[in-house]
Amino acid sequence: MRRIPRLAASHLVLAAGLALSAPVPAAQDIPPGRSIVVASKPFGESFLLAEMFAQLLEARGFAVDRRPGLGATEIAFQAVRAGSVDVYPEYTGTGLVAILGLEPDADARRVFDIVSTGFRDRWGARWLPPLGFENTYAIAVRRATADSLGLATLTDLAAAAPRLVAGLSPDFIGRDDGLPGLAAAYGLEFGQVRSLLQAVKYQALAERAVDVIDGYSTDGLIDRFDLVVLEDDRRFFPAYEAAPLVGRDLATNRPAAIAALAELGGRLDVERMRALNRRIEVDRVPVEQVAAHALADLGLLRDPGTTTGGRTTDETGLIEYLVARRATLAALTLEHLVLVGISLLFAILVAVPIGLALERTAAAESVIRAVGLLQVVPGIALLAFMIPLLGIGARPALVALFLYALYPIVRNTYSGVRNAGPEAVRASEAIGMTPGQTLRYVRLPLAAPVIMAGIRTAAVINVGTATLAAFIGAGGLGEPIVSGLALSDTRMILSGAIPAAILALIVDGGLGLLERAVSPRT
Amino acid sequence: MPESVTAALVADDVTRRYGETTALDGVSLEVAPGECVALVGESGSGKTTLLRCFNRLVEPDSGRVLVDGRDTRAIDPIALRRNIGYVPQEGGLLPHWTVLRNAALVPWLLGRPDSTDRARAALDKVGLPASGFGQRRPRQLSGGQRQRVAIARALAAEPSIILLDEPFGALDAITRADLQESFLALRRNLGVTTLLVTHDLHEAFLLADRVAVLREGRIEQVAPPADLARHPASPYVAELLARARTPAA
Repeated sequence: MRRIPRLAASHLVLAAGLALSAPVPAAQDIPPGRSIVVASKPFGESFLLAEMFAQLLEARGFAVDRRPGLGATEIAFQAVRAGSVDVYPEYTGTGLVAILGLEPDADARRVFDIVSTGFRDRWGARWLPPLGFENTYAIAVRRATADSLGLATLTDLAAAAPRLVAGLSPDFIGRDDGLPGLAAAYGLEFGQVRSLLQAVKYQALAERAVDVIDGYSTDGLIDRFDLVVLEDDRRFFPAYEAAPLVGRDLATNRPAAIAALAELGGRLDVERMRALNRRIEVDRVPVEQVAAHALADLGLLRDPGTTTGGRTTDETGLIEYLVARRATLAALTLEHLVLVGISLLFAILVAVPIGLALERTAAAESVIRAVGLLQVVPGIALLAFMIPLLGIGARPALVALFLYALYPIVRNTYSGVRNAGPEAVRASEAIGMTPGQTLRYVRLPLAAPVIMAGIRTAAVINVGTATLAAFIGAGGLGEPIVSGLALSDTRMILSGAIPAAILALIVDGGLGLLERAVSPRT
Repeated sequence: MPESVTAALVADDVTRRYGETTALDGVSLEVAPGECVALVGESGSGKTTLLRCFNRLVEPDSGRVLVDGRDTRAIDPIALRRNIGYVPQEGGLLPHWTVLRNAALVPWLLGRPDSTDRARAALDKVGLPASGFGQRRPRQLSGGQRQRVAIARALAAEPSIILLDEPFGALDAITRADLQESFLALRRNLGVTTLLVTHDLHEAFLLADRVAVLREGRIEQVAPPADLARHPASPYVAELLARARTPAA
């Protein structure tokens, strides 16, 4: 998220809180002093809930460090396990299925009991009381369809289904707890099933291209398009109750912080959540404002007042938006450049000597292939592996980027030195150059363009890969991209993607000049 | 050949195998100081392997190799190579160095303070004065000029022995004839001991005092060109001569 405005906004809220609510509830467990790290996963609802946690904690006197948009379940949970994150909003069904690896279950009470016990016993992590809503699969139809066919439940839908066209996400069509299970549970058979991506599904339904869609029960768009969510009367869909998931340290040592977070327990029903999500995803109101107003409405926070009115950010064009955010973007660009630069520098210092050393060994190809395997590990997975070792933030990102940069440099150094001017190399040896002299005066200078090309490749790949660093809270230009994706805010995505693309071009161009400079004139 | 003078190069019963293949099979050869001997034969006859024994690019499996009377095994290979001129077929100039720096390479490796002066002198000898060619890159020269620079590089440190591995093999006929003439004059002038590998009998006859014919790792005959032409020692040598006489060859 936007760092500077967010800080300003939260300080404003905190200041307002201090000034207006005369006796500030003192946090008894302040001595540990450490900021509480509040994270979210990379989608709008998670951003909003995390921001509400953060503002609530700040209003109760705690210092908060926000890490929104962490990779996904695996990364966010690993970070909690490793103690790098203190709390983030999670769903009980996700904890049950994705983390504990158990079968989905539709009984919300039972699911909460299982995850509470399981997480406490295995990791000392604690699920606080659920917030009051479920975000599970929702089957939705247009209000007119529901009225004319008399649809209220999925049982009703089963009867009408052969005459209807369903637009479902590819994911849902394939999953056991998606269409196959649903069809079995209700004897449901649609006239036609079309595979549609999340981004176009609601539009397709509104334009009558399809009659039924799958969504999530708290999607703001359900509200926006005035859809009817059909009741899961046979309790087929697993329970996905939202709740704060708290790490061992916070759960054990900061009872006052736990108490503050618990104030949200049971306060958010599904209609309210849908409306809040709509404010973010459809009306484009900044998350900080939506969170502040929601907390005020719940009586948990003093009214944030007129300074954070409901002005939407859609009023200005992309250029104005970029210009208005230039200071933030410059800071993010710098952060990005530092991530790329440091990781690349270390990669050069390690990879070039490795490439040279391999040149004289028989095992070279195997070693290079092993280094190449690193390249195949998806960025997110590599970042997730780093968390137990290095936590979240810049350090794991630097290590991951370093590892990604090794292969092109090792490969090009090895090939370059091996293939450089074979006749010149043979002649140099035959007239009495030592191997060291041949390397220094013949092989390295002749291989320099190839080595530099490897470094350029690594640098450009790293500029792109570094955008993933935002998923583990390392900042950089990935931050607006992750936030923008989460909030379906194209302008925000572009405000990260455009500078990243320009940066890639500049880095490539700059290194190209350097390549020309180090290439021997022949 | 004169027995009283220590031979500059001696191969004494040298054998070298590569796996199943015997590249050199008990070869013995002496080259007197100032003499030019040409090694001729088909591909795989062992002529290049024999040449490379003298600067330890190839180590014999058995037998002895002497340079100026000393067993090469007792000489550090780097020092040995720096003191023997060497001209490979493709020249092997360093493409990123100027002609002058290429020519100065061996004296420079030997730590001679006057390496540039020596390079200038050597370039003069091969007809490429440094004033006109010294700052060019090898790529900016013709193939013949590049071989001249390679010869200058081999001569710059004024070695008493030079080894040439098909030095003119990659050149067109006219350039080759031109270079052969220059080399002949240069060698007579300098009196440097020369061992030359070639597959071209004409070239061997033109440049060498004696010609050694190799076949399957053995020497068939060693003789001055006129003797070789008149008295081929084996049907193979006779056939080689016959082929060389036909215009098609």
